[in-house]
Amino acid sequence: MRLVSRCLLVLVSAGAALSVVSPAAAQTAPPAAAGSTEAQQVRTELERLRKELEALRQQYDQRISSLEQRIEGLAGPHVTTVAPAPAAQAATPTTPVQNPPVTPPQDPAMPAPPPVAQTTAAGSKVFNPDIAVIANFVGIAGKNAMSTEPSLALREAEVSFQAAVDPYARADFFLAAGPEGVEIEEGFITFTSLPQRLQLKVGKLRAAFGKVNTLHAHAMPTADRPLVTENLVGGEEGISDSGLSVSRLIMNPWIFLEATGEVYSGNSEVFQSTERSHLSYVGRVRGYRDLTEGTNLDVGTSYAFGPTDLGPIMRDEFAPEFEDLSKRLIGVDATFRYRPLRSAIYKRFLARTELVWSRQDMPESPQAKAFGFYAMGEYQFARRWYVGGRFDQSQRVLDSSMRDTGGSLFFTFWPSEFSQIRTQYRRTNYAEGVRGNEVLFQFRFGIGAHAAHAF
Amino acid sequence: MRTLIRTLVVAAGVALALARPQGFAPVRVVTTTEDLASLAREVGGDRVVVDALAKGYQDPHFVDAKPSFILLVSRADLLIVVGRELELGWLPPLINNSRNAKIQPGAAGYLDASQTVKILEIPTGQITRAMGDVHPSGNPHYWLDPDNGRRMAGAIRDKLSQLAPADAAFFAQRYADFDRRLGEAQKRWDATLAPYKGTKVVTYHRSWPNFMDRFGLQVIGYVEPKPGIPPSPSHTLDLIAEMKRLGVKIIVVEPYWSLKTPQSIASQTGSEVLVLAPSVGGTKEASDYIQLFEYDVKLLAASLKRATGK
Repeated sequence: MRLVSRCLLVLVSAGAALSVVSPAAAQTAPPAAAGSTEAQQVRTELERLRKELEALRQQYDQRISSLEQRIEGLAGPHVTTVAPAPAAQAATPTTPVQNPPVTPPQDPAMPAPPPVAQTTAAGSKVFNPDIAVIANFVGIAGKNAMSTEPSLALREAEVSFQAAVDPYARADFFLAAGPEGVEIEEGFITFTSLPQRLQLKVGKLRAAFGKVNTLHAHAMPTADRPLVTENLVGGEEGISDSGLSVSRLIMNPWIFLEATGEVYSGNSEVFQSTERSHLSYVGRVRGYRDLTEGTNLDVGTSYAFGPTDLGPIMRDEFAPEFEDLSKRLIGVDATFRYRPLRSAIYKRFLARTELVWSRQDMPESPQAKAFGFYAMGEYQFARRWYVGGRFDQSQRVLDSSMRDTGGSLFFTFWPSEFSQIRTQYRRTNYAEGVRGNEVLFQFRFGIGAHAAHAF
Repeated sequence: MRTLIRTLVVAAGVALALARPQGFAPVRVVTTTEDLASLAREVGGDRVVVDALAKGYQDPHFVDAKPSFILLVSRADLLIVVGRELELGWLPPLINNSRNAKIQPGAAGYLDASQTVKILEIPTGQITRAMGDVHPSGNPHYWLDPDNGRRMAGAIRDKLSQLAPADAAFFAQRYADFDRRLGEAQKRWDATLAPYKGTKVVTYHRSWPNFMDRFGLQVIGYVEPKPGIPPSPSHTLDLIAEMKRLGVKIIVVEPYWSLKTPQSIASQTGSEVLVLAPSVGGTKEASDYIQLFEYDVKLLAASLKRATGK
């Protein structure tokens, strides 16, 4: 029926186009004073157009009846045709579904484009989400008495399912399968069509605290996460929790400015809630500006507040004074990027730093304060080759007298967009006086359709 | 004092009202490439404000999804895309984060320009990444055929007329004018390249099937072993042998590729490396859609003349 109505629409618009053409042709004709020859020509022209319209009508009548027959023929449990796409509207840009050759409304003057090859897909598969699997394999050699990381491990296989839910929202699921089992790394709906330049995400999310916390392991430029993340922001898991995230673009003539507010249940590696009313909150303001065509600056400040993880840890000790304690994290991050557009495939540079301050309530004693940061740079020197370095320093969350420092050098080779081979030399000086000297090898590879990452 | 404040408020209100002329709000168009922007300007004239995201001298497959682009997309009334997975690596995050309901895929302000054009190289059968960066729904470099440019302009005219019905006649008139100018230019280009029909060329990437098809040139190989895969020594040797066998004298390259491999192939086969503009803005002279072909046809004809002696 949709086909029929679409064909009728085509017919009407073709008629309308012709009716617009006719007066236009009449307008361009010279005044009547120019003689009856011209008038005769206009008349002939009109006659010709009338005939063409009639022919067009017959053509579309035939089309409609043949399409009606096809629709009848297709009625059954397994419809093996592709939903017709109106001009310009694919279901989603990420779904590699071939649109069928529906002839668009044509200019009478324009030759009909040859039909696009038709691919038929089973109806049940058309709306399947984009599915991808990304593996992260890490090997470690060398000495580090403080680390329990295994020598060789498929640390994670991330399975993603991504698709539009309806015209108003999309959904993204990331399931992480690792040695500890399968868990939902993220799973959320994003409402993309809210008023007031608002965006709402609901589900399990990696919180918008700084940069590293939002990145999945496979999007990191290194095989590990910085010391400050390990010590203060929950390590690999980070602040990842069930909740809501609302963000808004603040329009102004100068910069890209985005404000984000999030509420979580308080159940992550950083915050642990013992009561329903003890939620955790994250806020972030991000500013961005293009400096030149090929360089830009991206700065942000983040704040996180919630119940400490000490309550649940101490529960077995019957220490009620550890309940109701709060923790605050403040983060500042800055990223500078350089990527000359003319040689964007071959050359780029990124410099990034993140600073994190932690304040944690302690029973009957002053707050435990800690600070940490990292600074890193990565340079692409050939189409598939990257080299980078990182400096790390971080105090321990409960004891600011304990300070770890470290540094890394890393090389990455990208055989293609879908796989990376990395080697990283990592040196760590722990507060206990222990030194780690390690070489990490990483293989990352992905199959399937994985949606593009945020910038 | 209160009178003064009142006066100031009224004055400010009047100034604001005057600053926004009534009844004239140009359609804000954002396009992913400069080719689409040029066509939108041809059809829309002063009734549209057009911004392109990727530059013409940039590889349109690899564009950063910069937040400054999110701002442009968030303000757009109409988003025109090349489609056929060309922008798959960078456009979806821009659309998702634009918070703009008008330009979401499927909405009235979203136009996939590939829906009414002639598409080549649509793969059949099972496709895998072992074939390189194959575009499952066909070659996305279709704008390099002037007939497709006309069809794209037609689609833009229809979409603009839908969004601003009051200006439909204006868009139709501008389209007709563009159609006429393009038609005249096409006759010239066809005549210029007619003597060289059937000449064999090599290109770096599969960017030129529509262009070569239109002007009757034959692409016999690529510098890339597979789409999106960098040149390999063994493939380069095979290509050199094949070029020598067939007497190929021209290697067409886009401005964003390294010229190292093409030049080394050229020196061993006695051929010429020709950097053509794949898009409007690819070079300064390719300032709009018609000028893009003027530039490419002129350069190609000169090179073909040297190669064939015709």
